[in-house]
Amino acid sequence: MSAPDRSLVGAAARPRGWIERFCRPVSGNRRTSFGDIAIVAISALFLGIFLVIPLATIFSLALKNGIHAYFRAVTEPYARSAIWLTFVTAAVVLPINLGFGLAAGWAIGKFEFRGKEFLTTLIDLPFAVSPVIGGMLFVLLFGAQGIVGPWLIAHGVKIIFAKPGIILATMFVTSPFVARELIPVMQASGSEEEQAAISLGAGGWQTFFRVTLPNVKWGVLYGVILCNARAIGEFGAVSVVSGNISGLTSTMPLYIEVLYDDYNFSAAFAVSSLLSLVAVLTLVAKRIVGRHVGVGTAASASADEELAA
Amino acid sequence: MALKQNRSILPGFGLAMGITVAYLSVLVLIPLSTIFLNTAHMGWHHFWSVVTSPRVEAAYRISFGASFLAAIIDSMLGFIAAWALTRYRFIGAGILDAIVDLPFALPTSVAGITLTAIFANNGLIGSLLAPLGIRVAFTRLGIVVALIFVGVPFVVRTVQPVLQELDPELEEAAETLGATRARTFARVILPAIVPSVLTGFALAFARGLGEYGSVIFISGNMPLRTEIAPLLIVIELEQFDYRAATAIALVVLLASFVILLAINLLQRWTARTYAL
Amino acid sequence: MSVEVRNLVKKFGDFTALSGVSLRVETGELVALLGLSGSGKTTLLRIIAGLETADSGAVHFYGADATAISVRERKVGFVFQHYALFRHMTVFENIAFGLRVRPRAHRPSQAEIAQRVHELLKLVQLDFLASRYPSQLSGGQRQRVALARALAVEPKVLLLDEPFGALDAKVRQELRRWLKRLHQELRITSVFVTHDQDEALELADRVVVMNAGKIEQIGTPEEVYHHPVNAFVYNFLGNVNLFHGRIENGKVHLGDTILELGSAERQSVNGASGNAALYMRPHLLEIDRTSRGGKSFRATVRAINAAGPQVKVELEADWGDPVQVELDHERYRDLAIEPGESVFVCPRQSRVFIYQI
Repeated sequence: MSAPDRSLVGAAARPRGWIERFCRPVSGNRRTSFGDIAIVAISALFLGIFLVIPLATIFSLALKNGIHAYFRAVTEPYARSAIWLTFVTAAVVLPINLGFGLAAGWAIGKFEFRGKEFLTTLIDLPFAVSPVIGGMLFVLLFGAQGIVGPWLIAHGVKIIFAKPGIILATMFVTSPFVARELIPVMQASGSEEEQAAISLGAGGWQTFFRVTLPNVKWGVLYGVILCNARAIGEFGAVSVVSGNISGLTSTMPLYIEVLYDDYNFSAAFAVSSLLSLVAVLTLVAKRIVGRHVGVGTAASASADEELAA
Repeated sequence: MALKQNRSILPGFGLAMGITVAYLSVLVLIPLSTIFLNTAHMGWHHFWSVVTSPRVEAAYRISFGASFLAAIIDSMLGFIAAWALTRYRFIGAGILDAIVDLPFALPTSVAGITLTAIFANNGLIGSLLAPLGIRVAFTRLGIVVALIFVGVPFVVRTVQPVLQELDPELEEAAETLGATRARTFARVILPAIVPSVLTGFALAFARGLGEYGSVIFISGNMPLRTEIAPLLIVIELEQFDYRAATAIALVVLLASFVILLAINLLQRWTARTYAL
Repeated sequence: MSVEVRNLVKKFGDFTALSGVSLRVETGELVALLGLSGSGKTTLLRIIAGLETADSGAVHFYGADATAISVRERKVGFVFQHYALFRHMTVFENIAFGLRVRPRAHRPSQAEIAQRVHELLKLVQLDFLASRYPSQLSGGQRQRVALARALAVEPKVLLLDEPFGALDAKVRQELRRWLKRLHQELRITSVFVTHDQDEALELADRVVVMNAGKIEQIGTPEEVYHHPVNAFVYNFLGNVNLFHGRIENGKVHLGDTILELGSAERQSVNGASGNAALYMRPHLLEIDRTSRGGKSFRATVRAINAAGPQVKVELEADWGDPVQVELDHERYRDLAIEPGESVFVCPRQSRVFIYQI
């Protein structure tokens, strides 16, 4: 009510100069001062050097040797195999963590029980663990000298330096995304609509799919977007368990390391550009979907806190 | 875990709870217990000799030092950026706001090679700094730069919502009471946002400690000089010395748990003190 | 269908919501559960619905034990206090929900569903809003959609939790009358929860007054209003003046004032003596300029508010207690009293409840 009034009064009382077209304070009827410009300039410089320049550099270096070299780099067999493995990993991990997130959201968001806080902490735990350590956990379990590794290897099951290890490590680092996005949303929507559905004769699954899920769909989507970005881009945890065998256990982020270590820079950046494209799409999707879940609230801000590592 | 559910007419608690607990046990609890199992096996003496060996000690010093420094820089510049993004309308603000999340979305190996390319002596920014005698790539400074990149969103995204929700009436009230702008900032705004800046700092610090992908390319990985702790874990694992890897990891892990505990306490304290 | 609950007990941790409640609702009746928040009225309603389970006791529908029957199969229509409309569905889909989720064998065809929904929409006079979403409706409209949704499954019992609680006063009045008419038309056994005495007295065939997990009185609105069984009910239903004194030989001692009891009160006291609470409704008090001996007491006029259908006079009795009196305007004009004047107050009717200390 009072905000538009105030700006109207301000505009009438003090005509804005050309500087205000480029930069002006949000509130108050002040004109842009030197200090205001300094704050905005410092921010722009900081974010520019650390974020904008790197993003631009990736694409420019990827195309440095021309468009043909670019296409050759991203279509050669090892690259294709890495792209495929990355895709498969995400395709396996996403539904599993989606299912886990829905189960955790239902249990924690709709019911009261003892040990709820402990369980929530446990769900968040993978975010607190360095990805390298996350990968290491599975080496300790399934590695050649691990706890159950020797027995499994003797029976022909290979997990470390193989695809199951990659999938396990990715599941570990991405498991919290959907769950921690859904828990607050499920809690906030309460359980009255579910009670109404059941009093009208709906069964458990009918209630879940017809009433609960439509109400939290944006939260689910948000969690899935974050989970997907991280599953595609995970490096540390996967690096420890994969052995990085080109053509076999190399995902795109690992393949970039191989190319880079071979001084094949433009190919490394070509593959990087694909991942960067996913990252940019993620940022866009996150922004669009974020509007529906109310990003900017404390709950959702904490949910973004760990995406890539 | 003792579960006492207040009987509810909603179905599916058992199923949902079962899936949640089973999944967490297999994926998180059992794997995590191996760390403590392994450390218990190796004995205190062996553990101590691993974590106090010169190379490991140097790596800890570098990891903690660089993470701390990067988190400090992120806190200051990230705070200013959050301030600019919430308090000003300027050209490009929308894009800058969106790109703040880039370090969350960009794979770390991509970030690593890109930052190396930019800050190498022949890179876009490295070539500007080289004549001044500042070398970034393959030095400790490079590690700090990579960790600054990684930590940006933590500070900005924790401070931003607090700044947004800070009622402009608070500032107006302070002004009507005769406070100058500087005083209003110091006495009204700063106390309200310090907890969020501290939280952002701690998150960035914790993340820096565990960071691997974006650092190992720019750091050059020289033993005793630019090796970080996570890298040593990887090296030990590659040599199949699981125990040494576990010992190094345990210290990092405990440090991150302590930091996260501190964040939790800080947030509880803030909620208690400032809740209306 | 008749509904009966027997000896229901329900505890939430240390808090006892219901301590041994028994109640029978006859077929076609409209019953109000009236009480303050925390009196257990909503818990009772939710247990009847099957949304909550009692710690002990039984729920009978039509004389058959329904305690173990789940809410899905109880065939009750429940209208939630905040309506609990499905936000992502249109009004039409909300009302159709209960029909759509039926097992395939019992599910009506699309055409039948559409017809039934439109009948219900007509019944609640919202036919023109079928394609709106709940967020686009007013509070009163949401209320009626919630009712239509509950009626769609052809419930044998209709349960309403604070049906008008979230509405503003004017809409509440209209909906109250509308609901009364609807009930007379449908004659469906209904129970509603309210904390508003006017609502309970105006709407219900019978009123159940609840307090602290117990039923204080069950009766028609006239019964509970004119013949409250105890101090709580008297106090709860309508405005009341309360004086504490001693009763001896059929006379009440209030400070230095001695007041004779009417014959009805004397009968109810039955010759007992002791500490007593004397209740007097403001509209059952008369103001006079002359004393009527032991039947009236002296008081000083403190303030007069003549705006409204009744004139509200605030007085102070000789023994210091404030006294509220309501007069009609005609009587007020005849009396022509002014603040500061000393007058006599004569109770036409009062209630005495004796308690021991």
